[in-house]
This record gives sequence, structure tokens and C-alpha cells, in this order.
Amino acid sequence: MNDMTPEKKQRSSLAKWSRRGFIGAGVLAGGGLLIGIGVRPGNPIAALAPKVAPGDDEFLVNSWVKIDMDNVVTAIVPHCEMGQGVHSVLAQMLAEELDADWSKVRVMQAPTDGSYVVTDTARMFVAPFTINAADWLEPTWNGLFTQIAKFADAMITGGSSSIRTTGQHSMRIAGAAARKMLVGAAAESWNVPPGEIVTRDSMLLHPASGKSAPYSAFATAAADQPMDQTPQLKTADRYNLIGKSKARTDIPSKVNGTAQFGLDAAPEGVELKYAASMRAPVPGTEVVSMDSEQAEALPGVIKVLNMGNFVTVVADSYWHAQQALYTVQVEWSASESPVKTMDDQYKVFADALDKAGADGGDKMAGKGDFATAFANAATTLEAEYRVPYLAHAPMEPINCTAQVKDGKCDIWTSTQVPLMARSAVSDALDLSVDDITIHHPYLGGAFGRRLEAEYVTMAARIAENVGEPVKLIWSREEDTQKAIYRPADLSRLRAGFDDTGAMVAWDNSFTQRLDPADAPVPAFYSIPNTSVRHVAAEAHLPSAAWRSVDHSQQGYFIESFIDEAAHAAGKDPVEYRLAMLDNAPRHKAVLEKVAEMSNWSGERAEGTGLGVAIVESFGSIIAEVVEVDMSEGSPRIVRCWAACDAGYVVNPDGFKNQIEGGIVYGLTAAMFGELELSDGAIVQSNFHDYKMLRMNDAPEIEVAIINSGDVPIGGAGEPGLPPAAPALTNAIFAATGNRLRSLPIAKQFA
Amino acid sequence: MANFILNGEPVSVEADPSMPILWVVREKIGLSGTKFGCGIAQCGVCTVHLDGQPVRSCSTPVSEAEGRQVTTIEGIAGPEGELSAVQQAWISEQVPQCGYCQSGQIMAATALLRDNPNPSDDDIDAAMSGNICRCGTYNRIRRAIKVAAGSLEPRSEEA
Repeated sequence: MNDMTPEKKQRSSLAKWSRRGFIGAGVLAGGGLLIGIGVRPGNPIAALAPKVAPGDDEFLVNSWVKIDMDNVVTAIVPHCEMGQGVHSVLAQMLAEELDADWSKVRVMQAPTDGSYVVTDTARMFVAPFTINAADWLEPTWNGLFTQIAKFADAMITGGSSSIRTTGQHSMRIAGAAARKMLVGAAAESWNVPPGEIVTRDSMLLHPASGKSAPYSAFATAAADQPMDQTPQLKTADRYNLIGKSKARTDIPSKVNGTAQFGLDAAPEGVELKYAASMRAPVPGTEVVSMDSEQAEALPGVIKVLNMGNFVTVVADSYWHAQQALYTVQVEWSASESPVKTMDDQYKVFADALDKAGADGGDKMAGKGDFATAFANAATTLEAEYRVPYLAHAPMEPINCTAQVKDGKCDIWTSTQVPLMARSAVSDALDLSVDDITIHHPYLGGAFGRRLEAEYVTMAARIAENVGEPVKLIWSREEDTQKAIYRPADLSRLRAGFDDTGAMVAWDNSFTQRLDPADAPVPAFYSIPNTSVRHVAAEAHLPSAAWRSVDHSQQGYFIESFIDEAAHAAGKDPVEYRLAMLDNAPRHKAVLEKVAEMSNWSGERAEGTGLGVAIVESFGSIIAEVVEVDMSEGSPRIVRCWAACDAGYVVNPDGFKNQIEGGIVYGLTAAMFGELELSDGAIVQSNFHDYKMLRMNDAPEIEVAIINSGDVPIGGAGEPGLPPAAPALTNAIFAATGNRLRSLPIAKQFA
Repeated sequence: MANFILNGEPVSVEADPSMPILWVVREKIGLSGTKFGCGIAQCGVCTVHLDGQPVRSCSTPVSEAEGRQVTTIEGIAGPEGELSAVQQAWISEQVPQCGYCQSGQIMAATALLRDNPNPSDDDIDAAMSGNICRCGTYNRIRRAIKVAAGSLEPRSEEA
């Protein structure tokens, strides 16, 4: 379909600034209505139409929604679905404001196009303080951040941000604006005041006259309606869909084998070759020489390639490619890194902290006068904590399918950053981004691993080299050993107390930082003198965002040390924390809630213990209690309770599923997660030595939600994780008196 | 040439006899519901049934399937595509997150419930601990198995 005339495309260009975004309009062939939101400058909406509404019988209502002739509403979601339920929940938010019939709402992955940059998500990463800025700032911020988002290829899914950015600031606005235009069109046609028209279940109703029509009947006429740039959104008391545990739209396909993940790419009419690859065992090293004679003689092998920073075998099946790769002998260049073992790595960190001394490093936050308060304290406490490198280990191994043909490149892959992947391929193959199409189906887990695009360029380069479409699959061993990692780190903590045991001084110094900047700051506790210092030190392995990013280690450091302080003062760990939360009523409420859920003060069986931790991350405040049974000498995690204040939860069951998952991910790392080094290379390789929590050791988890309202909505994907590790180690201390200042736990009881 | 019965239909495919069932099913036959996770029988995402018994298809050569019944996730619904009790429970309990491991989980649970219609928690641990879910849906898998067994009521959507 492309019979749009230029005048039709531009017929209704009502673009102007809005508080939350920028709504622009265009018209489709046949008179359908197009509205886009948050895209500027210019008005690319009409150009998007062929990509999202190719059928002649479909009307595109806006770039986030289309309505077909069966009155089916399709939400077009710019974020990727990696298990967090975002496709479904963003559709739920749009459908709420549109008053759409949920049983007839469908979801479509937005195409990889610069028009689908997620401006507000970029803002959340770059300048989170602007998300709820005063209205007068908004036009400036919107313009600025759309530019930043485009520049940064920010069609990104991460940071527990989709609901609170795109959901709140695009999907709901789009739904409300579209609804108002449909009402306006019906009002004109029926010659009644718009205020008398009621919308319900994708229908327009005029009760006084008994007239009614489906939305699809007015999609055309709605094009001529003025667009409200700041449509009134519903208040919570009028919600029909938000706040309800609507079943996820993607789940039926995930129980019968039909859901398509990156690994399942099978482009029609394309005969694929398969590639297995081997990257350098030590970061920063390259191929010096390769002996592939044996591999080349094996069945199915098409080619063995030395690609400089990796070696690959292309064959008629992945099995043949991987079997042949095992026989390839590669000599790698020597590494210049001084780090050969984890002891070396921790020494690099310790040396940096020693050098920085009591006051050195980049002061990230702080208040009062730590040095004086610490010097004058009645008692003091010091401790050093450490955490190891961790792999993401999503269940779907890293993979990418690439076809390079006639100066164009098609990519099929699981990615959190489709536009960045496109730019990376553009650089690698020297192609224009306009000649590259990224197809991105469901992700079989990501957790930050798929924020990088190195595997995409590898596949593109292989496909270009062999002149055939290729599916590259990394073995589990490759992804465990040659990827990007949650950094290892050391943290040195100091606290000073007055003569009642109250904390008056706090200092935390550490060497690794990514995001968010508030992760190492004990912000909600009322400690009068605080100091938070980042001391730069070289990490041997490349580091990356790993579910909850810096909160994953800082939550453990901070909440373990607070627990140490409570015990040192002879206080109950919950009471001790509550006493420091006078200025933080929401935090206090979740802590009290989790204490109640876990029967914190009740009688305990011999050999068991409860541990508590509270962390605010990605806008959500979560307190967790873990019950551990130490009666057999090693930890058995029995139960975990979580009380969560995320402001307002859009889909309670989906939220709970995310919190449960975050807890299991966090407990897995706490119990087993560790990558060791030998001669600079990672030792662990697969699930036999990089262990996961399984059914038999997963605790029973209970999640409670507090909707405190009137605050910005918080995230769900990551915030469940940070309190899990410290709650567990604090529980082990409660049961045994053994304070674990390093992770993982299991091997310390082996 | 490998010959076996796949989801009730006889198949004959040109394949190296040492090639695991996983890759024959995925790449030679084109059924992609069975997943690759670790390649060493440690994670269970590739679980299929061989003559009704759950096996790790990533580590079972296709020669082992010669003349036998192989059932994948695509083969457990009824003849008209009606979902099995296990699949229905997976939906009612909203089990999957990313969903990648769930074909294997459902195959393992299906085998468990056929042999043991009312499994205890220990039975569930024993049958399901070979299957990793990195999204951490273990509580929901346990609940869904009990719902499929009829020992728990399904979740209500409005709850």
C-alpha cells in the first residue's frame, strides 16, 4: 500500500508543543487517521504508515495505535518483550485511556525506526530529575531529549523504565487523544454535544438518542478533528484496566511452542548457513594464528574464518559448526592486563582504596561533616565487603541471523537496543542505516546482556564474508566466558555512633560504578553526616548493566553494614532501621508491612533465622525478609516476603511476577554466582559450574503491594533484586552469628 | 537417514546419526518450540519425550530415536489444538516471563503428571529441578502443576 498523495499525508498537520510530548497528525490512504506522539522535528508519521499498517483495510489511528475494520485495537509498542510483560502492560495503559475493549486489543512490536526512539526513557537515563519537571520546562526538555534520544539511538528497553516513561508519557496520552478525536467525529455526525457521548469497550454511545457505533466507523472522520495536545487523563477512581491483573497477551504463544525468539529466526525463502564462534579467552587479545586444517575436513563445514578478534566456523548446521570449532587451534596474543586471578583483581581494588585513603576519590554524595563526626563518635564500626564478577546467563544463548545482499542487510536478533544494533552494523559493514533492517522478536531473557550489540556485528561480518545468510549461535560456554559482566568490587564502610548507638556518621568507598548514581547513597536513612566516594580502579573484565546495575552490589554493601550496626548497638534490625526512617514514611510503611508479613517478632525454630533489607531503586521502595534454615549446617532458603511501594501498580500480578523473578535472580547470585579467573581467563563455563537456583532450592515467595499513590510510578523489573542478597546474609547472621562479607554464600559452607 | 515418529507423524530426514535430536528437530524439520540452552543436559530447556520419557534433546543423538516416538511441545495439545491441562494451567497461573525455558518446563511437568497425577512438593522438586528458569518463575510452575493436577484452584484474573 502506498497510494498516499502528498496532500493527504499533510492534510491535517496540527503539530504543536504539548506538556508531555508532541502530537502530530497525518492521513492515511482511504482517509484513516494518523497521530504520532513524542516525535519531532518535522512530522514523520505518514512515512511510518506503510511500516505499521500495511493492510488496505486498516486505519492507523496514531503511531502507537491502529484500529482495523473488525474494531480490533492494536497498540504499537516501542519496547522489546524480554519477559517483563511490557508489550501487554503498555497496551493495557493505552487501552485504559482509549476505553478499548480489552478482549479486542492486540500488540505489535514497533519497527526499528528512528521515529520510535523512546524519548522519555532516554530522559530517565540521562536526566531523571526532568521526568516530573515543572510544566514550563517541558517544551525545552522534550525537544532536547528527543534529539538526545535520536542521537543515541535510544529505542531501548532497560532501567525498569517502560511503564513509567513510555507508558505514562506516551501510551496513555495517545489513547486519550485518540478517544477524544473519535468522540468529536461522532458528535458532529450525530449532531450532539461531545460531552453527551460515552465511550466503552471500543464503542461510541449516545444514551439520550440510543445511537451507537464502533470506533472503526469514525476512524476516518476523526482525522478532521482538532487534536487536544494535553488530553485529560483518568484519575485512579475511573480506571477499568489499570490496576487490574489482566492476563498477558504473549503468554498463550509461550505455552505451545509458537512464540518466536531470536534463535528461531527462519526468514521465508532464505536457506540459512550456521556459524559457531570463538572469541578471545582474555579480554583485549587477538588471534595470532589459527590452524583449521582438521576442521575444514569435517562433515558439513563450509568455511573457517579468522576474523581478527574471533574465529568462526560456518557449516550446514550449528551442530557441525560447533563440533568443527572444537578442533580449531588458535594462538591468542598476550594480554597486557596485570590481573591473572581474582586475588590480583581484588588487590588492584584494594590498592586504589588504600591510595585514596580516608578522604580520597570522587565524592558522589554526602552531607554534614563525616570526618569530624567520625572522629568524635562514641563508638565506630568498619568493614570491608566484596562481590565477584557475574554473568547475565539469559536462557536464550546469544545469537543473530544476518543476510547481506545487494547492498542491504537484514538482521534477526534478540536485542534490547535495535537502533544501536543498526548503527553498529552500519559501521561494521559501511552501509547506510537506511539499508539495514533489524527484525527483533521476543527475547529469551536479557537482564542487561542484550544492551550490547557485538554479536550482531559478528553475524553481519560473517554473512558478508561468506556471501550467504548465516545464523550465528554462541555456545553457552562462549556467553559465560567471553561476554560482559556485573563488575566485581570492594567496598569499605565506616560508621560512627553516638552513646545511644544511633548512627551519626557514614562513609562508603568503592571502585566500580555504572548506574544509577543514587545506588551507593543511603539517602532515606536519617544519618546526619554521610560520605560516598568512588575511587577509580581498573577492572579486568568489561562491565555492563546487570539486572539492577549498581544496586546489585551496593544494596548488599549498605544493607549488610546497616545490619552490622544494628547488632553492634544491640538493637533489633527492623527497629534500628525504623528509628532512622522518621523522614521517610513510605519506607517506614514497607518495612512495617514486611515485618508483619514475616511475623518478624514471632518465635523461631532452632537453627532458623530471619534477615531484613530495604532498598529503593528505579523509583520503587522494597523491603524483603528472608527465612533461612541453617540446621543442617548449610543454608536452605525457606521463604521470602517482599513489601513493595511502586507508587501505583498497573498490573498487580505482572508486578508480582517481576518481583518474584528479581528475588530469585538476586538469591541465585548471592548463593552461587561467581566467575573466577585463571591466567586472566574465566574459569566457569556452563550451568554445571555457574550454578542457578532451581526448583528444589527456590523459596516460597510472598509479595505485597502498597499503592501509596500521588508519586511517580516506580519500576518493576529490577527493584526486587537488591534487597535479596543482604536479607539472606542477614538471616544467616541471625541464625548463626556468622557475618558474610563476601559473596557467593554456598561455597563458604561447603 | 534418520527415521522416527515425531508428534505422531513418521519422519525421515537426512542427518548425521550423532547429531542431537534438538538440532534435527529445529534445523532439519523446522519445529522451533524446543529450545537450545546449554548443550550439556544441565538446563532442561530442550526437554522432549522419547517414548514418553523426558530426555534432554541437546545431548541425545538422533540415532537413539530411530524407530521411536519423539514428542515435542508442538505435540502435546489435542488434535484440534486444544490445550492440555498443563498448558491451560500455565496460562491461568501466568507462569511464563520470557518464556524461553517454558517448553522444557511444560514437557517435564507433563511427564510428571502422567506418571503421578497428584504430586507432592517433594515429587515436584524431584521432577522439575533439572529445568532452570532464569526469570525465576519456580513458585508459579509449582502452583500450575498443582492446578493441572486439580489440587489447587486456578488464579482469578481480577485478583
